[in-house]
Amino acid sequence: MSAEEKSMSIIVTKGSLDWAYPPFILATTAAAMGLPVTMFFTFYGLPLLLKDLNLQLTAAGNPAMKMPMMGGHMGLPNLLTAIPGIDAACSKMMKNLMNKKGVAPIEDLRELAVEAEVRLIACQMTMDLFEYSLDDMIEGPELGGAATYIEVATQSDINLFI
Amino acid sequence: MADQTLDAKGLNCPLPILKARKALKDVPDSGTLEILATDPGSVADFEAFCRQTGNELVEHSEEDGVYRFLLKKTA
Repeated sequence: MSAEEKSMSIIVTKGSLDWAYPPFILATTAAAMGLPVTMFFTFYGLPLLLKDLNLQLTAAGNPAMKMPMMGGHMGLPNLLTAIPGIDAACSKMMKNLMNKKGVAPIEDLRELAVEAEVRLIACQMTMDLFEYSLDDMIEGPELGGAATYIEVATQSDINLFI
Repeated sequence: MADQTLDAKGLNCPLPILKARKALKDVPDSGTLEILATDPGSVADFEAFCRQTGNELVEHSEEDGVYRFLLKKTA
């Protein structure tokens, strides 16, 4: 379908609710635009392949996170981010906001990525480190390491690290 | 009349593009797909999508916050 075939790879290193979006948005969109896409999931990005996602974000150390509220924007002072349950509350707020604004849940984007035949590589070393097996993951990911990724990267026109 | 219409109103980036890509699969060659969206970013995005994929953006317009795109399947 693409006029001139370009390809893209993304190294996915972060697994919080907010950081999960850029790689999946870009991967699904690139695939929709006709690019072959590979995603390499490593370290905290690896759990994004788990069957059950319950993504959370952290308020601590996230001063740019400001939610629209009462006509303005409110952030959370670092001191208050230690309150038990605050991350769960913030995550819930963010998910409600996303739902209201028509932003797709990560689960949906991930399903669309699989459907679009985005190649998913689970970092073998991270699987071992955090004691995951492919049985914990959705259908589709293959195992690979740094050399697997480098080979993909040498053949890709766009290589992103997120 | 377009061969198909996709209602992507209320959806945010990148859903209008992803759904359009899917809908295009069912459009015959040289057929048209009409897309309705409320995401203001979809204007630039459908222009880029068409340039990259080789499909033709025949026209686009906006009325009361609803963007209407007419794509011709040429790729």
